[in-house]
Amino acid sequence: MSKQTQQIDRDLTMSRAMVEAIADEMRDNEEVFYMGEDVADYGGIFDSTEGLRDEFGYDRVMDVPISETAYLGAAVGAAQEGMRPIAELMFVDFFGVAMDQIYNQMAKNTYMSGGNVSVPMVLTAAVGGTYNDAAQHSQTLYGTFAHVPGMKVVVPSTAYDAKGLMHNAVRDDDPVVYMFHKRLMGIGWLPAPDGPKTPVPEEDYTIPFGSADIKREGEDATIVTLGLHVHRALDAAETLAEDGISAEVVDLRSLVPLDTETIVKSVEKTGNLVVVDEDYRSYGVTGEIVASVADESLAALDAVERVALPDVPIPYSRPLEQEVVPDAEDIAAAVERTQ
Amino acid sequence: MVPVNDLQEMYRDMVTARHYEERLQEEYLEGKQPAFDISAGPIPGELHLAAGHEASGAGVCQHLRDDDTVTAPHRPHHIAIAKGVDLKRMTAEIFGRENGLGKGKGGHMHLFDPEAGFACSGIIAEGCPPAAGAGLAAKKRNTDSVGVAFLGEGAIDQGAFLESLNFAAVHDLPVVFVIEDNDWAISMPKERITDVQNGAKRADGFEMPGVRVDEDDAVAVYEAAGEAIGRARDRNGPTVMEIQVHRRMGHFMGDPESYRPEEDQAAAQQRDSIERLEDDLRAHGIDDATIEDLRDEAHSAVEAAIEWAKSQPEPDPEDAYEDMWVNPPSGVTDSEPDYDLAGGDD
Repeated sequence: MSKQTQQIDRDLTMSRAMVEAIADEMRDNEEVFYMGEDVADYGGIFDSTEGLRDEFGYDRVMDVPISETAYLGAAVGAAQEGMRPIAELMFVDFFGVAMDQIYNQMAKNTYMSGGNVSVPMVLTAAVGGTYNDAAQHSQTLYGTFAHVPGMKVVVPSTAYDAKGLMHNAVRDDDPVVYMFHKRLMGIGWLPAPDGPKTPVPEEDYTIPFGSADIKREGEDATIVTLGLHVHRALDAAETLAEDGISAEVVDLRSLVPLDTETIVKSVEKTGNLVVVDEDYRSYGVTGEIVASVADESLAALDAVERVALPDVPIPYSRPLEQEVVPDAEDIAAAVERTQ
Repeated sequence: MVPVNDLQEMYRDMVTARHYEERLQEEYLEGKQPAFDISAGPIPGELHLAAGHEASGAGVCQHLRDDDTVTAPHRPHHIAIAKGVDLKRMTAEIFGRENGLGKGKGGHMHLFDPEAGFACSGIIAEGCPPAAGAGLAAKKRNTDSVGVAFLGEGAIDQGAFLESLNFAAVHDLPVVFVIEDNDWAISMPKERITDVQNGAKRADGFEMPGVRVDEDDAVAVYEAAGEAIGRARDRNGPTVMEIQVHRRMGHFMGDPESYRPEEDQAAAQQRDSIERLEDDLRAHGIDDATIEDLRDEAHSAVEAAIEWAKSQPEPDPEDAYEDMWVNPPSGVTDSEPDYDLAGGDD
C-alpha cells in the first residue's frame, strides 16, 4: 500500500482482488488454467474462483476428482510442459494427501534437474481458523510449506497485496504457494474484519516477493506477522498507542523469500521484536524470524517475544480455540512485556 | 426374511438420526440470523448433516457389535447413532461442551467413542486405512470382529481408499467398505468427476465382491450388508458396498446450493427411506401405534440429548493444553540407567 501514489477510489474484498488477477492472467495467456475441487460451479468454497467459470468455461476452470495427489501432480506435470497451472487445495490441511507431489516433485525438480526443468505453477490454499472448524480444517501451516526449499511462499493480508502477489505468482517461473486466509476473503458466511478490504487499482501490477510491507510505523517495538494477524497486530498497536507505546507492524507478505532486511532495519530502530504467527510455535515462523534477526543484528535485540499457537492441535470448542489462537490482547501484552 | 425386531431397531435408529439432524439444524441456525456467520451461535464451525443417508447407517450397523470398528467421514451422525455411540455425549461434543466425547476438542467431524467402536475423520477417505487396521488386528488376534469404513462417492477417487482395497484384499482382511452415494461431492456431480457411476465396480480390480444397493431402502441395505459382514466374519475377505442415498440438506449448513438444480433437490425430498421402512413394518404386521411409539421414543431420546448437552459447562480454556500425550513427554521413564559404557577389560 505504501507504494501507491495515484488515488484509487475502488475498494475490493480480498477474494475479488485475487480473482481479478487470475482472470487477467487467464485472458492474457491461454496456457493459464485453474484446477480444484468446487472451483467451477461453486466458485470456490472460499470465493477464490468466483465468476471464473462463467468467463472461461469448464476447460480452463476445472472441477477435479477428490484426488489431490493426481491433480496437484498433474499441475506439476503440465507446468513442466510449459503451461502455467494454478491448482487449489481447498483447505491447506489436506496437504497430507498429496505431500509427495508437493514436497518431492514440485519443490525439487528444478534443483534436481540442475535447472533444466522449471515448474511454473501456483498452488493456492485456504488457511486459518477462528471459526471453530477444529483440528483438521483450521491450520495455517505456514512453516510446513516454507520449510522445504524450492517453493516460494506468499501470504496476502489485504486486497491490494492479494492482487499484486497473484500477478507475480502466475508470471513466476517457479512454484509459488499462495496461502489465503479464509477470514480475510470477505465471504458472506464468514465475515472479515475491516482491514483486508482496500483500494485496488484497475490495472495489473506486481508486488515482488521478499518485500515486507510496513503496515504501521512505530518507534518502541517491531511486530512481525502475516495474514490475519496483520490486522490483529494493527488492532493491538492502536490499543498500545493509547498507552503511549508506539508499535511498528511489519507484514511479511512472503515467507520465501524472507525480507530480513526490512525486519532487521525495524528492530534496529525499535530494539524490541515481537513475532506473531497463527501457525504452531515450535520449529516454525516465530523461531525462524527471531533467529534471522539474531544472525544479522544480535546486539539490536533488547527483548524478544513469540506469540503463536501453542503446540497443540486446534481445538473445536469456542473457549478452547480462543485460548490457543493469538488475539489482539495477546499481542498487546507481548509488546508490553518488551517495554 | 428380515427379523421384525431388526426392522424395528433400524426404524428407531433412522427416525432418531433424521430428527437429530433436523433439530441440530435448528440449534445451529440460532445466533446466525439475520446474517449467517459460521462462527456464531451455540454450534459454531462447519456442520454436515446426513438427512437422507439414514438407511445406510442403520442397515449396515444393524449387523455390527460393539467390538466391531466403524470409521465414518465428515458426515457421521447417522452412522454414530446406528453404531450405538452415546447420544448425549456426542451431542455435548457438537455443542463444544466439557462432557462431550472429546471434551470439546474434536467437534462434529471428529467424534471418538471407543466403547462403541466408532471414530470419524474430516479428511475424505482417510477412515479407510484405519478400518483395514481394525480388520488386521482382528485377524492377528484370531477374533471374528470386523472393520467397516464408510465413505462418500466423492471419496472413491482417493488413494487412501484404493490403497486400502488392495491392502485388505492382499491380506484377506475382515473389512467392508461402504460407499454412500448421494450424487454430490459438495457442488460436483459424480458424472463430472468419476469414471464409473457404480462405485462398487472399484472392487473388480482387486478381485473382491462389489455390490451396489440401488435404492435407499433399509431392507435392501440390511440384506446386502448382512452378506458382506458375514463374509468378513467368516474370514472370507473384504467387500465393497455402494448404497444410493440422497442429500436432503446442503453439503454444510450455509451451503447456498446454487449449483444444484431444483428438480434434483425436489427428487431427494421424495425418496424417503424412512417412509419406505414404515411400509415394511406394516407389511410385517407392526401396527401404527407401535410405529408411533418407536417414533416417540426416538424423538424423546434426541430431545433429552440436546437438553442435556446444552446444560453442560463449556470447557475451561486452560483445558486446551490437556490430552496431548498418554504418557509424559519423556515416555515411560523419566530417568536413564547409569551404565558404564567405557568398554570391556582391555
